[in-house]
Amino acid sequence: MNLTIVVLAALDGISYAALVFLVSVGLSLIFGVMRIVNVAHGSLYAYGAYAAATIGIAVAPISPWLTYPGLLLAAIGVGTILGGLLERFLLRLVYGRDEALQLLITFAVFMILDNLQRVIWGVQPIFAAAPLQLLPNISVLGVGYTSYQTLLLPGVAALTLIGLRYFLRHTLGGAVILAVTEDREAATAIGINPNRVFLRTFILGAILAALGGALASPTTSLLPGIGTEMIVLSFAVAATAGLGQIEGAAIAALMIGLARAFAIYTYPEFEVLVPYAIMVLVLLIRPQGLFGATRLRRI
Amino acid sequence: MRTGRRTFTGLLAAAAAVAIGGAPASAQDKPAELKIAITTFLSGPASVFGVPGKNAAEMIAEDINKKGGILGVPVKLSFIDEGAGGEALVSNYRRVVQDEKVDVTFASISSGSCNQLVPLAEDLKVMNLMWDCGASSILEAKKYRYNFRTQANATQEMMAVLIYLLKKKPDFKTIAVVNQDYAWGRESWEIFSTALKQLKPDVQVVGEFFPKFGAPDYSTEVSRLLALRPEVVLTTSWGGDLDTFVRQAGQRGLLRQSTFVLGIGETSLQRLGRDVPEGLIVGARGDHWFLHPEMKNKPEFKAFNEAFKARTGAWPIYPVYHMAQAFAALQAAYDKAGKAAGGKWPSREQVVDAMEGLTFQAWGRPVRLREDNQGIEAQLVGTTKRGEGYDFMVLDDMMIFDSTKLINPPNQKTGDWLKTLTPELIKLEVPVFKHGG
Repeated sequence: MNLTIVVLAALDGISYAALVFLVSVGLSLIFGVMRIVNVAHGSLYAYGAYAAATIGIAVAPISPWLTYPGLLLAAIGVGTILGGLLERFLLRLVYGRDEALQLLITFAVFMILDNLQRVIWGVQPIFAAAPLQLLPNISVLGVGYTSYQTLLLPGVAALTLIGLRYFLRHTLGGAVILAVTEDREAATAIGINPNRVFLRTFILGAILAALGGALASPTTSLLPGIGTEMIVLSFAVAATAGLGQIEGAAIAALMIGLARAFAIYTYPEFEVLVPYAIMVLVLLIRPQGLFGATRLRRI
Repeated sequence: MRTGRRTFTGLLAAAAAVAIGGAPASAQDKPAELKIAITTFLSGPASVFGVPGKNAAEMIAEDINKKGGILGVPVKLSFIDEGAGGEALVSNYRRVVQDEKVDVTFASISSGSCNQLVPLAEDLKVMNLMWDCGASSILEAKKYRYNFRTQANATQEMMAVLIYLLKKKPDFKTIAVVNQDYAWGRESWEIFSTALKQLKPDVQVVGEFFPKFGAPDYSTEVSRLLALRPEVVLTTSWGGDLDTFVRQAGQRGLLRQSTFVLGIGETSLQRLGRDVPEGLIVGARGDHWFLHPEMKNKPEFKAFNEAFKARTGAWPIYPVYHMAQAFAALQAAYDKAGKAAGGKWPSREQVVDAMEGLTFQAWGRPVRLREDNQGIEAQLVGTTKRGEGYDFMVLDDMMIFDSTKLINPPNQKTGDWLKTLTPELIKLEVPVFKHGG
């Protein structure tokens, strides 16, 4: 393997990992705090993507640069509204119930939202590439890359990781979430409303999923089923890291992204296999995931 | 009890079906309606084909009924979603055949669905028109009585694309492939690459990529291809996968670096708009193009296309024309069987008899059913070009292949036949049509 391949594969792997991290970290955060494996997370990704494309197509004729605030607006809008409704009117009813029931309910929501998505946006692929086309291409060792995928996506992922860490470790809002995660009864006793914390956490996780979708929308065709692809991969990352592990999700996403890219460069037949092979190997050796620990802090 | 009762009802229905099938074929009274069940993708990624196919079926059925139906009997459609998956598809199919007693079925889009439903149709003795599935192997496995493919198979489609490429770009030395990782992606490459080795043995395959079906990102494949610099890149992907791959390749200059061959890209052209350059080679799974050079001036063809555009907002794509071909075959079979029955309503068996060796025509050249029930359908391949009046690329330098020489004989398997090909085949005479010509 020569240096060119290493550099190119690393760039591709990091870009891919950035997107997967954004989605899986939301999944991990929700599980860490609320102990719910949210299959509908894939729908939030898909709705974020479709909402961003819809806004992008509407505002691009005015100014293509407006598509960037459109991405953010789509993520916040979908995460807050859809995430808020889901938590307030559905998930709140099943906290503390059997995990299998929670899984089935979120799976049902996923299927319903998938059908609703078809009703709203139809079945023909939608493409809204304005944000990608606005930024210039860069050349690395003679190979053209879009700066959107090579610089912007990893940049947003890194900022998200740093921001989340800071929020959870150094702010009152984060401390409240940690308190509820560690001991819900004690937190309630000192006046924290756990329901409100759950709602906020779920909305934050939902915004992250929708942000992943919104940021992916300029690079890919939006079509029925996009949420399925992403939720499966996100589960692989979150499980590899250990559910609830935020920094772990970043490292697992990077591992999986890089391994997939190197597979395409060297043994493309293994491209599909690699992320799941890594997950299975890790879980066989460490069932709690790479960074998971049974009694340590969960987020 | 419920299950037992259903099973018993099913057995009774099966027994009745066998009894009807076993009875001597004879003309009957006209029924109130001719029931057609159609399997198509109404969900999942392949609904990009399935929904236009359904729209076409509804439009065509309305038109048939407006004109008095088939032999005076109106047609009634029901649809089964292929996207529901294997078990649900099979049980729904069995239900419409046995409980609703449909007269004919059109199944399916996916070759996987056809593999499941073709033997079932044979067992249930219901006539089935494979209206869109392409796997060559289905009709090579055995000779069926009740199953007919009213369009080409993958062999004809891939051979036409390959010969077009070899005629247009005879000197290329390297090729790479990026296909979806499922049956069609693998089989189409197998046919293409095996034939390529025979027709132009000096070509080197520098990359074979089979990303996951529905993959949202092809950046790594694009990077690898930019580094490998193949002269030709083939992809037989479709739908959102093809759109994503082509756009990502275009954004990073790969479409300018290599000659792209989109094996079944006709369905994506309207969506891709002007984002793709001129010079891409595009196949159409048959001679299907809304500006078909031999059909475009026919008023009825124009009227069909415009009606479809008005109804759906898009020009017809090949699944629409495939659906039209299935209806054309059905109409032709009933006409033929009706004549044979002396103007009376033909029995189901008489209609099946009439299908054998049938020739019919929808919105392309006539299609002929061979003795193995395989359709021999002309193939149109062209090159993208900016077309005045359209906000997407149209096809130019179109070649329409007579497929007779692009398919294995009925008594020989595709794989064996491909290995007998010689470079002489490239000299096949094919008419060329310019856009607007």
